[in-house]
Amino acid sequence: MFTQRMKLADIIAANYNLILVLPRIGIALGFGEKSVKEVCAASHVPVDFMLMICNLYTFDDYRPEIDEFSKVDMSPLVPYLKASHSYYTAERLPHIGKHINHIAKGIDERYGRVLKQFYSDFRTEITEHFLLEEKYDFPKLLSLQQGIRKRGSAKTHSEKSHSMLVDKLNDLTQIVYKYLPGNVLPEETMELVFDILQLSSDIQKHALVEDRILLPYIDWLERSAE
Amino acid sequence: MKALVSVLVVEPSEIICEGLRSVLSGSGNYNVLAPMHDATGLMERIPIIRPDVLIINPTLLSSTPKQQLASIVQLRPAMPIVALVYQYVERSVLELFTHAIDIRQSRSVVLSVLHNSLSDKKRESQPVEEQENYELSDRETDVLVLVAKGLSSKEIANRLNISVHTVNSHRKNITHKTGIKSVAGLAVYAMIHNLME
Repeated sequence: MFTQRMKLADIIAANYNLILVLPRIGIALGFGEKSVKEVCAASHVPVDFMLMICNLYTFDDYRPEIDEFSKVDMSPLVPYLKASHSYYTAERLPHIGKHINHIAKGIDERYGRVLKQFYSDFRTEITEHFLLEEKYDFPKLLSLQQGIRKRGSAKTHSEKSHSMLVDKLNDLTQIVYKYLPGNVLPEETMELVFDILQLSSDIQKHALVEDRILLPYIDWLERSAE
Repeated sequence: MKALVSVLVVEPSEIICEGLRSVLSGSGNYNVLAPMHDATGLMERIPIIRPDVLIINPTLLSSTPKQQLASIVQLRPAMPIVALVYQYVERSVLELFTHAIDIRQSRSVVLSVLHNSLSDKKRESQPVEEQENYELSDRETDVLVLVAKGLSSKEIANRLNISVHTVNSHRKNITHKTGIKSVAGLAVYAMIHNLME
């Protein structure tokens, strides 16, 4: 497990995917040899929260204890999740979409059409999923954090809907590298496969943050408010 | 020259040991190792001399013959264990063996029992290697097309006159073979493979 005395650069070396997490938490690159504690202090980020996310991203078995919620400053959680959503919707999904459109142009028109349709349906589905969370779960959490309890706002998502989204991304990679004609834009196709795999693993971790931190934290706040 | 099959005989009677040696060696296929007259030290001896066949008088087995035989099998799984019978042996003990030689049997029967014990063991230890077929079968393709069209497992079962259970097992195989889990992904697969009208 990572601790605040470690060098931030060592943590990134241990799990380079965390480089994606830093800007979402509010930490810029260029941190030199500073420790996690120093970097967080300089960036005004609660160090315990930052470590919670980094540990979850890195150690498969890590699951924060319920009592950690009372000790850790959880205020950056909603901004963090929103930043992740906007990274996916404003950057990664359009980027992958561009590749898909380009490749679709190079192959038989009928195949191109189903490929684009599959991706566009996926994009709609995941965007709606994010929007639902932002419309219901996040405001509910924010008011709970301020001690206001709203009645009747149910949880909008489940682990199952997360795994269905991840399944679709994995299906897309299978389709792209196994079934599309291999002689059309091979370099771009490989790039696309790596882009999708990267997004898929990032979204799986994002789902873990929601399943292992967001939902238990909401539960905990609700029970504490009773 | 063909390698000889080495045989370890565990039998108290020297006369019977000698008789067996004569019968087996005479066939030209077997090399009969120095016999043991009781089962003491058998577990230590087997890994060292590595016999191809073990012929043992069941009366020499311990009071828990089943466990003892199981541990011998574990020691050398490919080695058949043949009972050597001329005294009274409990039926339950005899049933633990798949092959038995009775000393009153003719030379040719004794040899064929031994031969069978070896070929049965060989067959058992080399299960027919099932070449996994990664391509979809015709029936799986039928199911795939209906899944791609958006039919539920129940509707597919009715359409193809098979049980829902069978449909689900086809669906599992389809996902296992293609790596695609979602209905939408399977629909793309079906389109790309020109399976849709």
